[in-house]
Amino acid sequence: MSAGPPEGWQRLHPLSPVVRGGRATIAIAFLLAPIAFGRDTFSNATPQLVIITVLALGGFVSWLVTRWRIEDDDLRIETGLLRRQSLRFPLAQVQAIDVVRPGLARMFRVAELRLRLAGASGSTARLAYVAEHEVEPLRDELLALARGARLGEELPADEEAAPASEEEILTAVATGPLVAAIILESGWLIAILAGLVVGFVVSPGTVSGVLGGSGFVWLLSMATFLWRRFNQQYRLTVAERADGLHLRGGLVALTAEVIRPGRVQAVRLVEPVLWRPLGWCRLEVDIAGRQKKKGEGEAQRGQLRTLLPVGKRAVAIELVDRLVPDRPRELSPPPRRVFWKSPFRYRALGWGRTETYVVTTSGRLRRATCWVPFEKVQSLRHVQGPVQRRLRLASVHVDTAGRAVHATLRDRDASEASGALAELTNLARAARRRPALT
Amino acid sequence: MGVEPEEWRAPARQLLTLRRLEVAAPALLVVAVLVIAGALSGSGVAYVFAGAAVVVAALLWRFVDRRYGSWGYAEREDDLLVRRGVMFARLSVVPYGRMQFIDVTAGPLERAFGLATVRLHTAAAATDARIPGLEREEAARLRDRLAELGEAQAAGL
Repeated sequence: MSAGPPEGWQRLHPLSPVVRGGRATIAIAFLLAPIAFGRDTFSNATPQLVIITVLALGGFVSWLVTRWRIEDDDLRIETGLLRRQSLRFPLAQVQAIDVVRPGLARMFRVAELRLRLAGASGSTARLAYVAEHEVEPLRDELLALARGARLGEELPADEEAAPASEEEILTAVATGPLVAAIILESGWLIAILAGLVVGFVVSPGTVSGVLGGSGFVWLLSMATFLWRRFNQQYRLTVAERADGLHLRGGLVALTAEVIRPGRVQAVRLVEPVLWRPLGWCRLEVDIAGRQKKKGEGEAQRGQLRTLLPVGKRAVAIELVDRLVPDRPRELSPPPRRVFWKSPFRYRALGWGRTETYVVTTSGRLRRATCWVPFEKVQSLRHVQGPVQRRLRLASVHVDTAGRAVHATLRDRDASEASGALAELTNLARAARRRPALT
Repeated sequence: MGVEPEEWRAPARQLLTLRRLEVAAPALLVVAVLVIAGALSGSGVAYVFAGAAVVVAALLWRFVDRRYGSWGYAEREDDLLVRRGVMFARLSVVPYGRMQFIDVTAGPLERAFGLATVRLHTAAAATDARIPGLEREEAARLRDRLAELGEAQAAGL
């Protein structure tokens, strides 16, 4: 890392405002184009020039007043001209670190560093943007500090000696299956598109009438949704290193994420109905923290990290075995009378447990299998609805700090459910008392 | 129940009074308006509606009673149990070590009756452990005790 200003304060990359402007920057380039090509004179373009100057000045000032440094175990960021903000992020609470490089940032060879913390709001530290060649060493340094801060002491010698760059690639997704999988999972969407095309051939007037209105906007947002997913999951590679799970991928916007060991709240295996004949599934992990900040795209905000966007079940299970070392093998089926309450779910329901993990399966069309380690269980809930009471059934919910994965022992026999509640409570207590893994 | 404690503690009786009042006051108002309307117009329809209002109020009164009876909490060695609900019977187990913070709130009506609501928060958004209608001293005692136990048993994420 370059030596910064005195006291270790560093500034972001000088091109940050340009990249941060994103679409605005592109718009400005368009505004300036007539002048550049000599079609317009400066006097004619005065309003545009004033706007551009103001924007540029604003961007420059915001860059000028923003600085950051690492203080002991914290990352400190100071920003703001009028409303000065000083943010302090304790590195010990870091759940994951992302390096994000949108298309524009790649053009200027800069990258954004994003630290996910476990807190409720404002829990993402963003350094946007840092020069490309500095970002990886900085990330590794932060990770090392986070690990050290967690241990509360200097790193043991042997751990430091282990080369951090040594990694084992676990999975990499192929492009063909990814496209097929996205299309299959959003089958309804494809059906609508196909319907529109057919409709256009048969009676162009009606269709263009529909498209002319809100239909067009709707279509565009659908296309964006599909594109984002493809863009994010393109060539997603998962590798295991000493400092955590490394995820890399992306087509235009590149992302590289590191999930620290022991920070996975839950693991979920999803099998959408149209994937099942092909034997495909998706594997996701949930980490703590709630991110719903403005300025973060749909694709980046989710704390649900996809490890394997699409893959054969065997590959996914292999990965699960790594993440969930002590996986419950046997699932107990629900009582037969559950068929009358949940006919579509009945065949998918089940749960199992070992000393360290609980697994639940559910889903009507889209089957989901969730693994939750007992040391991550926040609370347990036993719920019995009116229909369940008639059938002597009950459900037990396992709450974790992750947001997306809900493990539920759904529709168990009432006595089994209360037994399970007591059993899970005890196992979770035992897991809390065990010293943390890693 | 596998985790059933030896004894449940219930919210204060004033909560029941408050809930009954919340049913009775609007019901009385509606009935009064309908009866006056009936007397003025001389038609029987208003009296029929007034009778219906009384029946609805009676049903609600019964429901409120049952719901009050369903509330309960118990402090165990390592966790707090909270149960509630008539139609959907819920029982939450919240380990002290997982508590992030505790809220004590009291609305204007609750305050008039000297009551407060204690709410527990964990890192999981789905946790809903809420105990309404505690007498103010009891709420303060519970809050302090939970905070103390939470600190003693705190576990990382």
